[in-house]
Amino acid sequence: MKVAYWPGCVSRGFTPELHGSMAKVAPLLDIELVELDRACCTGAGVIAEHNQELADTLNARTFALAQQVDGAELMMNICSTCQGAQSECQERLDANAEYRAHVNTTLAAEGLTYETGLTNKNFLWLLVEEIGLESLAARVKRPLTNLKVGPFYGCYIVRPRERLGIDAEHPRDHYLDQVIDALGGTVIEYAGMRKCCGFPIITMNKEASLKQAGRHLGDAADADADCLVTPCPLCHLNLDLQQPLAAGVVGRELNMPVLHLPQLVGLALGLDPKELGLGRHVVKPTSVIDWSTSVVAAAA
Amino acid sequence: MAEVHDRPPEQFTLKLRRYDPESGGAPYWDEHTIELEPHRSVLEAILQARDRFDGSIGIRCSCRQAICGSCGIRVNGEPALACHTHLDAAKLSAENGVIEIEPMGNMPVIKDLIVDMDAVHWKKIQRVTPWLLAKQPVPEREYLVSKEAMVDVTQTMACIQCGACVSDCLAMEVDPGFIGPAALAKAYRFVGDPRDDEQFERLNDLAQDPQGIFDCTHCFKCVQACPKDVNPMGQIMRLRRIAIGDHHIVDQNNGERHEAAVTGLIRNYGLLHEAEMIPRSYGGNSWFAKFTPAAGKELLSSLPVIIKGVLRGKMNPKIAIFGHKIPSADLKAVQAIYDKIESRPERYELNLYIAGEDEETAPVAAAVAAGTSADGGETPDAGETPNAPTSPEGSANQ
Repeated sequence: MKVAYWPGCVSRGFTPELHGSMAKVAPLLDIELVELDRACCTGAGVIAEHNQELADTLNARTFALAQQVDGAELMMNICSTCQGAQSECQERLDANAEYRAHVNTTLAAEGLTYETGLTNKNFLWLLVEEIGLESLAARVKRPLTNLKVGPFYGCYIVRPRERLGIDAEHPRDHYLDQVIDALGGTVIEYAGMRKCCGFPIITMNKEASLKQAGRHLGDAADADADCLVTPCPLCHLNLDLQQPLAAGVVGRELNMPVLHLPQLVGLALGLDPKELGLGRHVVKPTSVIDWSTSVVAAAA
Repeated sequence: MAEVHDRPPEQFTLKLRRYDPESGGAPYWDEHTIELEPHRSVLEAILQARDRFDGSIGIRCSCRQAICGSCGIRVNGEPALACHTHLDAAKLSAENGVIEIEPMGNMPVIKDLIVDMDAVHWKKIQRVTPWLLAKQPVPEREYLVSKEAMVDVTQTMACIQCGACVSDCLAMEVDPGFIGPAALAKAYRFVGDPRDDEQFERLNDLAQDPQGIFDCTHCFKCVQACPKDVNPMGQIMRLRRIAIGDHHIVDQNNGERHEAAVTGLIRNYGLLHEAEMIPRSYGGNSWFAKFTPAAGKELLSSLPVIIKGVLRGKMNPKIAIFGHKIPSADLKAVQAIYDKIESRPERYELNLYIAGEDEETAPVAAAVAAGTSADGGETPDAGETPNAPTSPEGSANQ
């Protein structure tokens, strides 16, 4: 399937292995990525906090660019924060025709128009709803047997439920569990799996921010997880890049690898850990988990 | 369709978290099976368990119609009003069909399901001066206020002080001193009231407090928890917006600088320039920020992380120094959008709580939820200044 692809900023900045691994995984899932390289940052909630109309207009511009991609079935992102920020703007734009018209007046300078009806899905949602768990499982070349994976959902992709289309028929707040399971891994539940990673307040209250990250990582370790997987690069920054500092704040060893979702999928689909950028993490998964065998197992 | 009230009684099993601090014993779980019609409330189930099996179960309640805010608890881990949660819905979200009932979080337990609201919730409400500081001179009769201005604060006035948002607040979980969602929503009730004389003082106080408006982690927990759609996090964002946008308050917590850094960097690059975000959030929105003492100290403390990141190839030196940009024609278009919108005399906003949704968009929302593409919908006429969808006030109260 062809998708208008919004990678976000951080996946091309401080977590380049995320964008890179998505590019490697896409062909294995028959996804054609048409990158929206003209689009700007979603604002990650900060622009909306500063000026709601500005955030809505910048994101409407991205939606309009996505609607121009010939043959694309939908728009796909690989960042939970982008999903949350975009869904919030789209909710307002879709709810009120006059407001939409007002925003489109600004977009008219570039000849762009946003029309309601765009479907925007995080890669996680697309995996379950468009590709399907059975089809995903059928493509697995190296099942994640014995790998105990803790899903880290974060906030933006699970709350608020109504805005994000989460209901009994679409339990999107359980999709990570389902994907881990389809890839042959073992799901590890722990207290912090749907809590905040702390990133949004890293510059405002660093101690509280790192305490959040440290506690979740510690909870996962106590639940005996080998690694975490997250659909959010901002969560990844706090959970992986900042992990040495978070360990200091919570006063314990953590050493918990955190994988991006496309990396976990790529491993199961048979890709080499190196080409998925697993060596680029601060906590190298390769130092904790033995990927060399055909059946992935926790290192002794 | 059969009337829901016609459904016969069924058995429901409750797993209750019990705790009596005065006993000196540890908390424990207690199970009771009760019988009620599925549409009846979790509160009725708890009361039946108390009446039939154990008179010592502690629960606080009063109105039984979701208006007094007394019976806040956690049902299957989620905050809820016991009287406003149907048994069938609770069973559906329960693991193994057993409905798990606990006291609210972030507050000390007095007994079983009763938490000490005075020790946390009410103390925080008092913190925000929850009364009108009237403009002088006080008119002889009543103040005359526009209807729109009052409608604007009705969302926060809908709060019934149940504490569900406090219970679920993730910032408070790691920083118990955080003023928190309920109290900050209450603060907006007066900041947004045109009769109040101390908008700046209130905002300056809440912005400078290290556990004030900039301590919120933006996790949407309170938005999801609130049974009355108060949207506490949305109110906190409005407080930030008025503090920074209208009063130009520069706080000691980097709140204003962080916002200026992120919005400024996106304006300059189209994308977030992460390497610049941290120093600018500490030292101000300029390339020279990294040379300020505040930013220098922070960068120094983060040095182990920075070095490791560079060594692992997480940070491409070229991107770390020069940033990454969208194509120049697009950057110009983005900057033109910034210029146009930021030069408006008043911020323009849509509050769906007040404006509601257009009826014709319902199928689209459903389609998005269902994961299918919907029709393109109508192409709206371009109108520069529509009036219906705006929140009632101009910049002062958004």
